[in-house]
Amino acid sequence: MTTAISLNQAIAAQVHDGDTVALEGFTHLIPFAAAHEIIRQRRRDLTLVRMTPDLIYDQMIGAGCAKKLVFSWGGNPGVGSLRRFRDAIENSWPVPLEIEEHSHAGMANRYVAGASGMPFTVMKGYAGTSLPDNTKNVAFIDCPFTGETVAAVAAINPDVGIVHAQRADREGNIQIWGIAGVQREVLLASTRTIVTVEEVVDELDPRPRDIVIPAMAVDFVCEVPGGARPSYALGYYERDNEAYRAWDGISRDRSHFTAWLSEKVLDIT
Amino acid sequence: MSESTGTAAEAWTADEIMSIVGSRALRDGMSCFVGIGIPSTVANLARRTHAPNLVLIYESGPIGSKPSHLPLSIGDGELATTADAVVAVPEMFNYWLQGGHVDMGYLTAAQIDRFGNLNSTIVGSDYGAPDVRLPGAGGAPEIAASCREVTIIMRHNVRAFVPEVDFVTSVGFGDGAGFRKKHGLTGGGPQTVITDLGILRPDSGDGELTLTAVHPGVKTEDVLASTQWPLRVAREVGVTEPPTPGELEALRALKSS
Repeated sequence: MTTAISLNQAIAAQVHDGDTVALEGFTHLIPFAAAHEIIRQRRRDLTLVRMTPDLIYDQMIGAGCAKKLVFSWGGNPGVGSLRRFRDAIENSWPVPLEIEEHSHAGMANRYVAGASGMPFTVMKGYAGTSLPDNTKNVAFIDCPFTGETVAAVAAINPDVGIVHAQRADREGNIQIWGIAGVQREVLLASTRTIVTVEEVVDELDPRPRDIVIPAMAVDFVCEVPGGARPSYALGYYERDNEAYRAWDGISRDRSHFTAWLSEKVLDIT
Repeated sequence: MSESTGTAAEAWTADEIMSIVGSRALRDGMSCFVGIGIPSTVANLARRTHAPNLVLIYESGPIGSKPSHLPLSIGDGELATTADAVVAVPEMFNYWLQGGHVDMGYLTAAQIDRFGNLNSTIVGSDYGAPDVRLPGAGGAPEIAASCREVTIIMRHNVRAFVPEVDFVTSVGFGDGAGFRKKHGLTGGGPQTVITDLGILRPDSGDGELTLTAVHPGVKTEDVLASTQWPLRVAREVGVTEPPTPGELEALRALKSS
């Protein structure tokens, strides 16, 4: 584990063309800065895994980074559609996008299985829905003790897991408070990991309802203040709801999006 | 937006009466797993009117949120800072929801069918080439499976009320009697469907949705004409209580917050 590395170096070292990459953060602590660095380094053919693709994957999909998306809810929360995601699915722009979709509970359990070193885990869910017809990663099995039929979901073990957090100490222990989503599970399920943080501090003094993820789950910590904008980091800045609303217009047509991508991502060093 | 209904003295929009009647489905002190969109508006309205002790649960992890304004997303910061507890997502779905602790799930969707099955995934017959790609499942399938009861709220029109949904995202009563039991769905399923025209409830036998009440000024024929299948109608169709001035004021204040 090292905390003395730039985001540019961390992405270059950890993320390769063709990798399965999960950038997580459930509304809170979404690692936008890391995604923009992946876009700038022009990674291609990634399988992107995330419960809620959100703006972060809409941008990566529109930038041509993805060949496949594994997800469970693909909207702009409270606003409407993810337009680059839809353009990729409906019109193969800028490249065709294969999709695999689940429920939130299914995705969460797939990460739990991955973090637990299990090939799959079981849950109640999916039964009677159309979801299992469209993925190979859900099956139904009988409980060996009661005979009850339950859903089995295959583990997800991303090549790279990337999350944002509020703080790390100099040893690389990570501290998160507020909505923790699946941050812990995705770090433990992934082969390689990067955590971007608002700040690196000498000591992680307690915060209300915090969790600390020990450094052994983390390869690289990068200090990137504001690295979750326009999502938020509780205690640092609020969710930029105006930016989420404005994205609907920016992403509506390809030329407008492409201009945004150049100005706000590609031309920034 | 919707057009106004009723006389000048009782002017409210169709969306407003839907939200207000929707809020009345929530009882004080119960726990409610709140879906994104209209359900969040309705649940927050109930907490500001007749159900101050409603326990709001959001899939991002907060349990017992008391937001001062309407959140845009299901993970806004205030949902966490005002909550009784904030749990990780696997704990939320596995322990609290699947474990059977949640009284009501409150959902909406793009399509609903005669057995209360919901679609929020695609419109069209070909999954690989849909006419419209919708956001997808989110927390809804397990909310529909495991909450003790489910309330559904959505605008009533022929595009939304279809004989069979194009994609079953969340199960209501499947294809009728016995379906939920056969598939191990432990919750009670959709007990109330609230629309901008009235209220539908499942038949106690096979679960097929039945019109039980209309909003003031709405005729049964209006509801039939807005439903793509021959909708069952209860022998006695009630009329919902009109919004009170207090309910309207609370809703409008909430929407502008």
